[in-house]
Amino acid sequence: MAEELRIVLRNADKIDASNINDYIKAGGYTALEKARRMEPRAVIEEVKKANLRGRGGAGFNAGLKWSFVPPAETKYVVCNLDEGEPGTYKDRTIVQKDPQTLLEGMAICAHAIGSRQGYIYCRGEYPYLVEHLNNAIAQAKAAGVLGDFDIEVRMGGGAYVCGEETALIESIEGHRGEPRFKPPFPGVAGLWAQPTVVNNVETFANLPEIINKGADWFASIGAASYPGTKVLTLTGDVVNRIAIEVPTNTTIRQVIYEFGGGIRNGRKFKAVQIGGTSGGFIPESLLDTPIDFDSMRNIGATLGTGAVFVMDDTRDIVDIVTRIAKFFEHESCGKCNPCREGTFRCYEIMKKINRGAATARDIDNITVLARVMQKAALCGLGQAAPGPIMTTLQHFRHEYERKLLS
Amino acid sequence: MVTLTINGKQVQVPDGSTILQACRLHGIELPTLCYDPDLRLAGSCRMCIVEVKGRPLFLAACVAPAENGMVVETESPDIVQARKVILELLLARHGGKCLTCEKNGNCKLQDYCYQYGVSDTRYADGGRHHYPIDDPNPFIERDYNKCIMCTRCVRACEGITMARAINVKNRGHNAKIATAFDGNLADSPCVFCGQCIMVCPVGALTSKVSAGLGRAYEVEKVLTTCTYCGTGCTLELNVKDNRVVGVTSNRSADWSPVNRGALCVKGRFGWDFINSPERLPTPLIKENGEFREASWDEALDLVASRLQKIKEESGPDSMAVFTSARITNEENYLAQKFARAVLGTNNVDHCARL
Repeated sequence: MAEELRIVLRNADKIDASNINDYIKAGGYTALEKARRMEPRAVIEEVKKANLRGRGGAGFNAGLKWSFVPPAETKYVVCNLDEGEPGTYKDRTIVQKDPQTLLEGMAICAHAIGSRQGYIYCRGEYPYLVEHLNNAIAQAKAAGVLGDFDIEVRMGGGAYVCGEETALIESIEGHRGEPRFKPPFPGVAGLWAQPTVVNNVETFANLPEIINKGADWFASIGAASYPGTKVLTLTGDVVNRIAIEVPTNTTIRQVIYEFGGGIRNGRKFKAVQIGGTSGGFIPESLLDTPIDFDSMRNIGATLGTGAVFVMDDTRDIVDIVTRIAKFFEHESCGKCNPCREGTFRCYEIMKKINRGAATARDIDNITVLARVMQKAALCGLGQAAPGPIMTTLQHFRHEYERKLLS
Repeated sequence: MVTLTINGKQVQVPDGSTILQACRLHGIELPTLCYDPDLRLAGSCRMCIVEVKGRPLFLAACVAPAENGMVVETESPDIVQARKVILELLLARHGGKCLTCEKNGNCKLQDYCYQYGVSDTRYADGGRHHYPIDDPNPFIERDYNKCIMCTRCVRACEGITMARAINVKNRGHNAKIATAFDGNLADSPCVFCGQCIMVCPVGALTSKVSAGLGRAYEVEKVLTTCTYCGTGCTLELNVKDNRVVGVTSNRSADWSPVNRGALCVKGRFGWDFINSPERLPTPLIKENGEFREASWDEALDLVASRLQKIKEESGPDSMAVFTSARITNEENYLAQKFARAVLGTNNVDHCARL
């Protein structure tokens, strides 16, 4: 029986999350003290060596990201708590159960890159986290643990695209939430054109344990190319709809059957979508794939945010993908042509297929459109939006063909 | 210098060049809709996408830095297909009323559809907008049914005129250029300079004053200097059948060094007096309370003799010359010279001193 391994959720349900003293008693802020005794460069090297890769979905080496930050008078640390992927609630869970580990992680990053100002960009649909976070920040300031590093919470307005780091920065600056082209990357010119490190909640929350226990310890956990653990959030037709934290070499099958308790109501498995709404659909035959970033990519799927959406054999794949297409049509910011018009047309064509009015020509059209969006869209939203269409056409094509006009 | 390969040819470009600049420096043209060298970059139309070896995604050449060793393809089959799809997506949104469009023959969407052989769109299941065209201002026609959302107007309003009268409203397919609260331009900070018309690549923004008077290919463009004030902006009078039918910008730094194409409401829209029937074609002399037409010689003789008489009777300082910012510096110089050397007075003043 596979077991959870808790690094970011190590204190969850064991301490009073609204009381910093509980966190400190559990060993909190010792990592920050240790990091502050180290040279900033050495902290970056340690994180790089741990091979901690971004937990928000892109999987970029966090230490490497930090190392790109050039010398500057003002630098910012930004925490991405936008968590807009439907079915994802890991960041909310981390913040609710242990906000101080996030603050400590941000302060470690601030020391490493030389920043005195941090921002937490909180999802518009999580207003109840703001007070909780502000309380945590106030306690940390009162306890003096943050030193000269200040953290401010900024609320999003409910736009999915603001989870994209440059759109998030635009939003903090008070502009319309639209992504910027890259380069320049935020590490070089981000918030108010200053060097800015944007990391996900889960990425920051890993840092205290990495500093305390060392890069070698972390790098030895889970899959070699994407070490550590991943917080997964189970939804859909699975018995246990819970958040779990597991080593990254855990297989999808273990996640669904051992942690998730299998399919609800004794039904059969049909598909699982991992990584959020833009994640690929995975059939039964690929369930023995480990969940780490690279293994998932090798099967044409994504680890993404770690959302695990399970579908049983009664589910209509084409109907689900049509709803997903509607989501992207709604959430496209409208800046670039392939995404603005492409998500709209994808939804149009999916509706046509779903209502039984389409022909094979429509499948060809949506395939061509999807490929163009994947390669030509400006940001990750437009590039990833056709993923569910493409992977379901690959693995569940018969469900489409069943609905076509003959 | 940066050395890279574009379409099989090795080229060198200055450090800091974008791929688009590298291409244009070496005579390789790329289609662009949102790109404008005078505006903040957007990188959003994705028409200038290119394939770069080893990169999984297409790069927008207008914002991608040229790097040493890059191998760039600008017209590969995948790129051409992507551009065609983007054009079809835009056509599906665009009204396509070329027959009556002011910009027919001077439209980038038309040009690129012609270049890539896109005559129709496969995305024809609705989705066309039906925005009202009802902004009552006298200068700028706003037909957002033709808008392709390149946001050049927004960036020109912000970056050249600094009025910030317009921005993007709504999201996704429903994104639209609008003033605050989506009202009329007159109720916004708009100063009706028409820089938005200057940069619009399609027929979404056009001049109401020129409407129906002639298309770009029918007019002769006469480069001249605006006479409204002393700034001396360069502009092009659009002449058709010996009549001025419009004003357009010349954006070249060589030909338009003062304003580089930027104009104000007067320069861009205030030209319809030229062929106005109310305009005086000859001097008028008032006799017995009534004006009568006169020749220039007669009128100038009259003025000269009267000035002479006043000078003799009351002295030169009984006269003053008041000049205007609406004539050129050279003409203003001549006016003061006339006052001092001919009339013999230093009583010279100018409206710009107020």
